[in-house]
Amino acid sequence: MKVTLHIWRQKNAKAKGRFETYHLDDVIEDMSFLEMLDVLNERLILEGKEPVAFEHDCREGICGACSLTINGIPHGHEPATTTCQLHMRKFKDGDEIWIEPFRARAFPIIKDLVVDRSAFDRIIQAGGFISVNAGQAPEANSIIVPKDDAETAMDAAQCIGCGACVAACPNASAMLFVAAKVAHFAYLPQGQPERKRRVLAMVEQMQKEGFGNCTNFYECEAACPKQISVSFIALMNRDYLKATCSGEKHLLQTQQV
Amino acid sequence: MILDGKVPSGRIEEKWDRHRFEMKLVSPANKLKYKIIVVGTGLAGASASASLAELGYNVEVFTFHDSPRRAHSIAAQGGINAAKNYPNDGDSIWRLFYDTVKGGDFRAREANVYRLAQVSNSIIDQCVAQGVPFAREYSGYLSNRSFGGAQLSRTFYARSQTGQQLLLGAYSSMMRQVGLKKIKLHTRKEMLDLVVIDGIARGIVTRDLLSGKIESHWGDAVVLATGGYSNVFFLSTNAQVCNVTATYRAYKRGAFFANPCFTQIHPTCIPQSGEHQSKLTLMSESLRNDGRVWVPINPGDKRRPNDIPENERDYFLERMYPGYGNLAPRDIASRAAKRVCDEGRGVGLTGNAVYLDFADAIKRLGREVIEERYGNLFEMYERITGENPYETPMMIYPAPHYTMGGLWVDYNLMSNLPGLFVIGEANFSDHGANRLGASALMQGLADGYFILPYTIGHFFATTKLDKVNTDKVEFKKAEEEVTSRIKKLMSINGKKTPTQFHRELGKVMWDYCGMSRNEQGLKKALEIVPQIREEFWSNLTIVGEEGDLNIVLEKALRVADFLEFAELILWDALERDESCGGHFREEHQYPDGEAKRNDEKFAHVAAWEFTGDGNKPIRHIEPLVFEYVPLTVRSYK
Repeated sequence: MKVTLHIWRQKNAKAKGRFETYHLDDVIEDMSFLEMLDVLNERLILEGKEPVAFEHDCREGICGACSLTINGIPHGHEPATTTCQLHMRKFKDGDEIWIEPFRARAFPIIKDLVVDRSAFDRIIQAGGFISVNAGQAPEANSIIVPKDDAETAMDAAQCIGCGACVAACPNASAMLFVAAKVAHFAYLPQGQPERKRRVLAMVEQMQKEGFGNCTNFYECEAACPKQISVSFIALMNRDYLKATCSGEKHLLQTQQV
Repeated sequence: MILDGKVPSGRIEEKWDRHRFEMKLVSPANKLKYKIIVVGTGLAGASASASLAELGYNVEVFTFHDSPRRAHSIAAQGGINAAKNYPNDGDSIWRLFYDTVKGGDFRAREANVYRLAQVSNSIIDQCVAQGVPFAREYSGYLSNRSFGGAQLSRTFYARSQTGQQLLLGAYSSMMRQVGLKKIKLHTRKEMLDLVVIDGIARGIVTRDLLSGKIESHWGDAVVLATGGYSNVFFLSTNAQVCNVTATYRAYKRGAFFANPCFTQIHPTCIPQSGEHQSKLTLMSESLRNDGRVWVPINPGDKRRPNDIPENERDYFLERMYPGYGNLAPRDIASRAAKRVCDEGRGVGLTGNAVYLDFADAIKRLGREVIEERYGNLFEMYERITGENPYETPMMIYPAPHYTMGGLWVDYNLMSNLPGLFVIGEANFSDHGANRLGASALMQGLADGYFILPYTIGHFFATTKLDKVNTDKVEFKKAEEEVTSRIKKLMSINGKKTPTQFHRELGKVMWDYCGMSRNEQGLKKALEIVPQIREEFWSNLTIVGEEGDLNIVLEKALRVADFLEFAELILWDALERDESCGGHFREEHQYPDGEAKRNDEKFAHVAAWEFTGDGNKPIRHIEPLVFEYVPLTVRSYK
């Protein structure tokens, strides 16, 4: 099949970007979207031109490295699918495809389609953990978790940290990402002791990073390759409110060593 | 040279306890004075970084990804083993130890494997405490399932995303220490060399993948947790950027590389669809719990699978290995699939595939149960192939997946280079010639949470370390070497891309050193690989600039090392003139096609020493003694 690609090219964070158009005549239906870009890149290298920089790694839909806004939709139009798992059989011969980076103020562009998503790591660093050192844990089956709670925690914990939620949101809000981690721990008994402090710390960091607020567009859920539910945002808001009203301070973490 | 694994004396059950007592300690106040470099943030690297920082050490951790959470451990699907015996089916530390030694076809160090089984239970405890949402029963207790190579249920899992959940657990513990300023995190930095000063590993040289800047970093010890080298085959289930550079560069600086020919081919991957293919996708081995593997009895049967009647199907794993059936270990299941395809009974467009059929399981358990167990795997299969596995049997074929070989380490996980520790898939230690399913996660976390944190202290307490910094001449020299390597690559101005060379290399390795090997083929590959390498250094093209995000240069540096390292695998495969586990030499098999070991000559670890470019490396051995698991023919019948 033949496709026409309009790809965002940008030398670096400061340079002005633009769309460039490429024609591919030998696309095979069984190719993944990224394999199609690999073919383009091989061609560009042989022509002595710089290939398109894009992030990817596992190509199994789990590492969260791949991104791309395809025809205006993060990870493309196929629901619950990362870009690396999107296949060309989902496109038609002769299609024009627009490929842009994930766009958000908190995800500055590095080059072409590569953006900086390290804000997510800093949010986890602020509170996305249970403070247990190696060696402290009790016997695993001494902590009982009702199956439904474990399943719900897993629904939230599946987040791959790709940032599609942010890219899809008109406010570039990271609330689905943050709520997924807050909810993962909120549904587990192990997460209770730090529940209030966690939500306060993570939300504070989220705001520092320059993400927008949630105004219920639900675009995040629609774009999420793991179909994480916006209901977790409601849980996070409740937890945040409760934590704020309770007067809990999220004290700076310290550690005895 | 005969290598000493430094296994403690005494009965195997007591070795680790006694060793922990005998090891020297570093006081809490003194721990603050040491700085440890950790390269890699997968299960081993992340768990080690977190645990070392919790103890008070200063840690600098490096990943070439944008985030530590992208490491390829994240893609492990099936589960993690532990000897908890929750299902009351007769498991024990002893049995997990026994299964792992036998599964590795008697080419692992007994004492290491026993210790692995011992700490396996603590790993589950730790992960649960971290909030890893393992599968549970309605009672709220943890759930287990069975896995290839085991006759009982000892595998803990989180849907088909166990690796992801375990990695996120280790990652979150690590990020907590980053927040506490005990860990300094370096992202998008790739290690390109190891720096050795006065015979001790004291640092690394990295390239910043965004700016191209070459930088040195010193430490009091260097920990490599950089994973395996399956991508030497080009097509494998590894992530795109997985490579051998860190461990290979350490080898070139004097660390011994052990058993490089021990590579694992995983039986259940989605078959290749065309030349454009960039990777092969693994389908969790857990599918073999309920799926039945078969091919048509008659060669060349082109009917659709559902049109082939029961009596014209060959459920070959159940036929050949009635004791284990579809759960036969990976190497055995892979070779059986290859054998039936070589007989012309393979299916699919290429004839290189076998069916994995869930029709019986759906009939027996109902579609809902199958959906609950494997739903996301089925979806993934459908996305990639466009076929619905609830209705048509899946097609699978073996693919390179894991490498048991790696840098040689002693019982303390330290290489022959003092101060260089190697953990997880990057070392060679626990899986022998074949790894059992759900054991990689166990080993990565065992090394990182519960072994290295103790043994590294012993090294500090017993070694006098001079103060160093990155102004030292050894650092400058290593930086210069890296820079000139890059300049050389950039100036070739040839006509082929790094990927083209990688694909060529991969094909040679798969054809002559893949699922089965023979002397003639290996010798032939030893002629071809240097030719590809020569062409690489005279006909490679790289576009873009050195001092920029340059994906072509990154790839070229990795392929350059694969092209040298491939030869080491071939030498090792040639000199190990026996079959064992994943290393199948066609000359050594029983009449029924099973691997025939030669314990008299090869019950040892082969550890290779670099002796200069263009020279054949020296093969050292570490004899393996089996005191507790008697050497027997590994039968799964």
